Amino acid sequence: MTDTTMPQTTHDRLMLRLEVEEFLIEEAAILDEWRLDDWIALFTDDATYVVPSTDLAGGDPARDLTLIDDDRLRLEWRVKRLKSRHAHREYPWSRTRRLVTNVRVLRAEDDELDITASILVHRFRHGRQDHFVARYLMTLVRTEDGLRIRRRRAEIDQERLSPNGALSMIL
Amino acid sequence: MSSARPEVLVEDQKDDGTFRVHRSAFLSDEIHAAEMQRVFERSWLFIGHESELAEKGEYRRRKIAGRSIIFVRSDDGEIRAFHNTCPHRGAIVCRQDKGVAKAFQCFYHAWTFNSRGQLKGIPGKDGYDGGTFDAAERSLKPVARFESYRGFHFVSFQEDIQPLYDYLAGAREYLDLIVDQSPSGQLRVADGSHQYSIRANWKLLAENSIDGYHGMPTHQTYFEYVAEAGGLGGKGGKKLHGRGHSLGNGHACVEYWAPWGRPVARWVPIMGEEAKPAIEAAKAEIVERQGAEKADRICEWNRNMLIYPNLVINDIMSTTIRTFWPVSKDYMEIDAWAIAPVEEGEGEALQTRLHNFLEFLGPGGFATPDDVEALESCQIGFEAGGEQWNDVSRGMKREALVDDELQMRAFWRQWVAQIEGYEIDDWGDAPLPDELVTPDAERTWAIT
Ligand code: FES
Ligand SMILES: [Fe+2]
Repeated sequence: MTDTTMPQTTHDRLMLRLEVEEFLIEEAAILDEWRLDDWIALFTDDATYVVPSTDLAGGDPARDLTLIDDDRLRLEWRVKRLKSRHAHREYPWSRTRRLVTNVRVLRAEDDELDITASILVHRFRHGRQDHFVARYLMTLVRTEDGLRIRRRRAEIDQERLSPNGALSMIL
Repeated sequence: MSSARPEVLVEDQKDDGTFRVHRSAFLSDEIHAAEMQRVFERSWLFIGHESELAEKGEYRRRKIAGRSIIFVRSDDGEIRAFHNTCPHRGAIVCRQDKGVAKAFQCFYHAWTFNSRGQLKGIPGKDGYDGGTFDAAERSLKPVARFESYRGFHFVSFQEDIQPLYDYLAGAREYLDLIVDQSPSGQLRVADGSHQYSIRANWKLLAENSIDGYHGMPTHQTYFEYVAEAGGLGGKGGKKLHGRGHSLGNGHACVEYWAPWGRPVARWVPIMGEEAKPAIEAAKAEIVERQGAEKADRICEWNRNMLIYPNLVINDIMSTTIRTFWPVSKDYMEIDAWAIAPVEEGEGEALQTRLHNFLEFLGPGGFATPDDVEALESCQIGFEAGGEQWNDVSRGMKREALVDDELQMRAFWRQWVAQIEGYEIDDWGDAPLPDELVTPDAERTWAIT
């Protein structure tokens, strides 16, 4: 039986992956450049941004304690806060460099894509370095303006958020 | 950098209103070593909540003051705590952070222990024949003392420490106010915990956790968010007000009224009209069960409590448990959990509670990252030298308000007594003459 959730030819699958990769690389550049208004514009109105706890990678924010469970309102506040002078751990902003790799498209149906990728984010500030290793699980939707994010989940691989201390930037 | 230890670590002149802490308390390796011995070996230390061990055989591996400890519900239903080391030749016998097990088997030479810690299996047991070997004596070693209060379990490595009940002193009343939110007196810890660290001395977090003074300046963005989201409702625009309390044995808290909502049980618009009946019903049930006065305190008032030395329980817009452990003089590891009455189940109420938690607290919240930054900033500031003392005298000459520093003084008085090896029986400030007793004024730094 053919899998109807994925393109049938190698060429089409590669093109799809390239399209997703390009989107993720662009998103990473936006975040590394702290263009937060451009970043929030990448989300749909019903978007969610979830980071589960390090001891429960599969955690469901409806009943488990996670690190972040943002709907659009909280996400906008997260951005607003980071742009203010009062998000003290990010004022001045840290330097970050994000490596996004091992991109896979898991499902491509109608206008929706489920994708996963591995990420490594380096953060530098006040003479200190923090590293975040995680995987993305995202649902992207095709819109007139291009791909947009409906669901963005970052599952951290570290056993504890140590010595990072906080997740003050966007993961 | 290590700082020389002065003649007195804490300068406490109750009559003059002087209270200063020498910064070597945060900078000295020698003091760090002393507190591992004198504070963490001689206090009651929180290990976990009964609800975490729902089934027989369920366990958590916890790090308590640097020691690996197994916290387990045995097959007889009893909760126990064992040092996680094989009595044969040392390997750890529990190698996962959580799980359910009938037995713990040491992988090294395969000795097996049941969930009561008893040695039940030894490969090639005849090899011990003829010697003094005694299997019963080679069982897992329980911690020296293990006691609980209303579902909160504590360990102590000091055999002759006072009973937990006495140790908790005035903190028991505040634990009751939290546990009594549940009609059945049962709380449940949610799955998933916050596990993070701060590059700062652990005592900075003890102070910070009961510090009402930093709330507005440090967490301005959080309060703006809650206000805009409709989370600060009603009561005629009343402002945050309340007091600081010393609870004995170094425990302390702030107790205050605040305009934000509480899952048990103060409704504000952000919770939505549909949530109103359930919150009002919860309050009515508490009035019925506890009387109007105590119910008002349970439902309307907030508490941030430190149980000496390193357990924090916040009963605010969510209820949280937090422990923090010194790893070195300038590095600590933190664990935090969300807890709620079992009656809330896993529905809408729990989700509101978890959102309240996440918006404020934790590494990804709108407030905790700022605390992390503040504490690390203090640690860097101490290293800068010049000033040798912290001033912790705020409110020493008035009846302590929520943004005074009595709570911190209570902590430091116990700490310095333990470090210097003497006993005290009064952790508060000097009694005030009547004219200095202040009314419980609403604070001027209103949250609007
Ligand atoms: S060390 Fe555990 S069986 Fe030998
Ligand atoms: Fe704070």
